[in-house]
Amino acid sequence: MYAQMVKTGVDHVQSKEEMSPEERAFQDRVDQDIKIEPKEWMPEAYRKTLIRQISQHAHSEIIGMQPEGNWITRAPTLERKAILLAKVQDEAGHGLYLYCAAETLGVSRDELMGQLNSGKAKYSSIFNYPTLTWADIGAIGWLVDGAAIMNQVPLQRCSYGPYSRAMIRICKEESFHQRQGYDIMTKLARGTPEQKQMAQDALNRWWWPSLMMFGPSDAESVHSAQSMRWKIKINSNDELRQKFVDQTVPQAEYLGLTVPDPDLKWNAERGHYDFGAISWDEFYQVIAGNGPCNRDRLRTRVKAYEEGRWVREAADAYAAKKAARAKAKAA
Amino acid sequence: MSGQDALFEYLLRLGDNALILGHRLSEWCGHSPALEEDLALSNVALDLIGQTQLWLNLAGEVEGKGRDADKLAYLRDARDFRNLLLVEQPNGDFAATMARQFYFDAWHYLLLRELTGSKDGRIGEIAAKGLKEVTYHLERSRDWILRLGDGTEESHRRMQAAIDDLWMYTGEMFESDEVEQAMMREGIGADLSSLHEPWLGLMRATTDEATLTLPQPGWAQRGGKRGMHSEHLGYILADLQFLQRAYPNAVW
Repeated sequence: MYAQMVKTGVDHVQSKEEMSPEERAFQDRVDQDIKIEPKEWMPEAYRKTLIRQISQHAHSEIIGMQPEGNWITRAPTLERKAILLAKVQDEAGHGLYLYCAAETLGVSRDELMGQLNSGKAKYSSIFNYPTLTWADIGAIGWLVDGAAIMNQVPLQRCSYGPYSRAMIRICKEESFHQRQGYDIMTKLARGTPEQKQMAQDALNRWWWPSLMMFGPSDAESVHSAQSMRWKIKINSNDELRQKFVDQTVPQAEYLGLTVPDPDLKWNAERGHYDFGAISWDEFYQVIAGNGPCNRDRLRTRVKAYEEGRWVREAADAYAAKKAARAKAKAA
Repeated sequence: MSGQDALFEYLLRLGDNALILGHRLSEWCGHSPALEEDLALSNVALDLIGQTQLWLNLAGEVEGKGRDADKLAYLRDARDFRNLLLVEQPNGDFAATMARQFYFDAWHYLLLRELTGSKDGRIGEIAAKGLKEVTYHLERSRDWILRLGDGTEESHRRMQAAIDDLWMYTGEMFESDEVEQAMMREGIGADLSSLHEPWLGLMRATTDEATLTLPQPGWAQRGGKRGMHSEHLGYILADLQFLQRAYPNAVW
């Protein structure tokens, strides 16, 4: 997902008996679906986990601008160009809301960006794959945003107020993005044989990385159990992945495209699709920095940040001068 | 040149300026100095792409050969493009982008303001819509000239270098050829020479406030509106037109 395998710093999920009175009162509020707001008391592990989760999500939005931004100047029509530019712009906006939500937990945007630029902070594995053709822009909207929505819709109900409100805004825009992506795929699938081939090739390359986005099975994970207890994670990774597969396979069929999984089969008994084994080796390699684009993504981000430094400094200096002049004038 | 031909040429100039500058600005998305600038530069680019569609669709209609905005944008070669040399100049650093933007926005604003009174109602309508957007563009680029000119030593140096560097591309904006003269005579187009003084006034006031020095009048590079471009345009078109050229007749 946009935040994958977020650690909570706990070694087991605390029972009510083990909790301090403050912790118990906090957990009671969470259990009653009362939102936690920035000024309220919260366990340190909750605060730290949220910072990790929200900032990882924000970083994913910012790094995610690159694979799609790669096609802005080459979009095939003026309308497609405007839609894609607006979409990548939305991602910058999502990054901004999320950094703001993280700031309510006592960390600055600069600090978080520093962690991203140094390679210390993670972002979603999916953005380390290249966009080779225009169809990749369709596939990202359809599959990647589709997978993101699966996770983000439940997070609208998460326990932390600022994160929940950011998610509500983000989900509205994401579902629009997903429709746009599917619309690109529809045009290609009904286009010339070359276009159809381009669409199939994009599905082949993006299918498995999209399933990996949900992260490895976390049925046994203490961190996931704790995050669910805190209601900053709502569903298990496997649940969301299954839901995504069930939703997406009929959409692929409607497009006349083939999902690249020979083991994919409807299981009437379960009422779900069965699907093949995911290559978790590949996932861990990508997370470790060995995906096809990790180095380029980070270098591009650092370059923009460093080359923009003098501009940000000038804006600060100008604002300070202006304030000093206004003060001198008032005196 | 017939009146229709001149009108077609005139509309191409308006549309191509918006198209090429919008394209250049869109190159910044994801690479700008701050997230707020990714948002703002994209907004300006989106406005310009929208204006491109309006001008070029009208151009196609006037031409009457079945070409729409996409056909005009994606299937002409460099020699048939009519944009100013200024707007095709590379982004450079943020100061260069803002200098290019400020020079253009100030001119664009004055031009569209004139065109709202065009005898051709279709032009007046597009100009009025564009003017609202460009008023904001100008406010923003002017603000950056002030911030960078009067910011730090480094930003001052870079901003001065940028306005010096791009100055020679501004002269072309105020020269009229037979297309613009024909449009002016018919009350459809604007008198470009009349825009020069107000433009210079705005330049002087802004550079003064920004502690910058406005360059002296000098040699003006010209040719963009007649299809004589810099080498940069070919590369813009190679990007812009790639899919339409590689897959002729495909629908996207």
